[in-house]
Amino acid sequence: MSVDHSVDQPNDAHGHEHPKHELSAVARRVYAIRELLLEKGLLTEHDIRCQIEYQEARSPANGAKIVTRAWIDPAYKSRLIADPKAACLELGIDATSINEFVVLENTEKVRHMVVCTLCSCYPRPILGRPPDWYKSFNYRQRSVNDPRGVMREFGLVPPDDVEVRVHDSTADIRYLVLPLRPQGTEHLSVTELEKLVTRDSMIGVMDALPTVPK
Amino acid sequence: MSASRAKFKAGDRVQVRFEDRPGHIRTPWYIRGKTGWVERIHGEFLNPESLGHGGDGLPKKVLYLVAFQQGDVWQRYAAKRDKLLVDIFEHWLEPAN
Amino acid sequence: MARGHHDIGGLSGAGPIDQSQHELSDWEILADAINQALGAKGIRRTDELRRVREEMESGAYHDMSYYERWIASMETILIEKKILTRDEIDRKLAEFEKKWGEP
Repeated sequence: MSVDHSVDQPNDAHGHEHPKHELSAVARRVYAIRELLLEKGLLTEHDIRCQIEYQEARSPANGAKIVTRAWIDPAYKSRLIADPKAACLELGIDATSINEFVVLENTEKVRHMVVCTLCSCYPRPILGRPPDWYKSFNYRQRSVNDPRGVMREFGLVPPDDVEVRVHDSTADIRYLVLPLRPQGTEHLSVTELEKLVTRDSMIGVMDALPTVPK
Repeated sequence: MSASRAKFKAGDRVQVRFEDRPGHIRTPWYIRGKTGWVERIHGEFLNPESLGHGGDGLPKKVLYLVAFQQGDVWQRYAAKRDKLLVDIFEHWLEPAN
Repeated sequence: MARGHHDIGGLSGAGPIDQSQHELSDWEILADAINQALGAKGIRRTDELRRVREEMESGAYHDMSYYERWIASMETILIEKKILTRDEIDRKLAEFEKKWGEP
């Protein structure tokens, strides 16, 4: 007996639900493709659900854990830079699906910024899905030749004596920026420190927040 | 990290080939013909130019982190210390003088 | 030959970065999940999908939204690999559209 996956069922995708007849000509095709792949046994509902759950489990909170640990534990930071995937596993974060993972450490004199000009490569196994702006044409075009202009839009203005290093991740490498620990945060708890580490600071368009947001 | 078959080592000055050929190329247009230096040898990876067309990606190619002075890539770039770093496969690089 | 329409690093004329974020729709989450699942099963390689996107007609590439591009290239690769045909996708969609109806 075949199950009709077309009509609205207990939803395994937890997004904003559109009445299907309102979807664009391209968007609606995903439902036909899903049904056919299921009918032909190429994918199962379980396969699809697993991917949805995998993605939902990944978010910038993972990155914040890693960064905060590196801030408070210099030995961990060394391990993180030497072997990022192993260091992530120490914290229960599974980055094994990344072919090659590199952590870029910001300092007082260096700021890193990451882009994929050719598409939208991003360290998804750590941070989850990239933000819309990261995938936008404007970001992909400008980050390589005007990184300081981009940073300025995000509120970051590095002085001229700071070196800005833009990484275009064109191949198998995925990059995570390790932002600088803000001054005057020695007294903060781990939970508070994690709140300073924004997703955008791990892409490199801004520094970590200077104070814990309310 | 090093790859035993790597043609270049960290510090070597390299020029990106200026080639205009069809296919699934992961060397961005803006960097072709530019000269920089090897920062790091990432290791050997499957060749995307083969994978993109259903090939098996073999033989693996050495992938480098190549750094450029921003002022050497763009006609007008103000901040003199800034760098641009691109992951480039060995077959797109030539020794530079 | 010329630079691909996707190869846009450094092109002039780009404006300010729109920092707004849209909540993903069901169909986008589904597109993402099916795409990842096809990769996990080895049915398609990431570079094949990228290549198909690059071969897309330039106007279509720029007019479609991010996940629409994914769906279009996923469909193309499945047809290229003779896993599905355009005709059967069209027919299945037509079946669904009857049920979805119009308000």
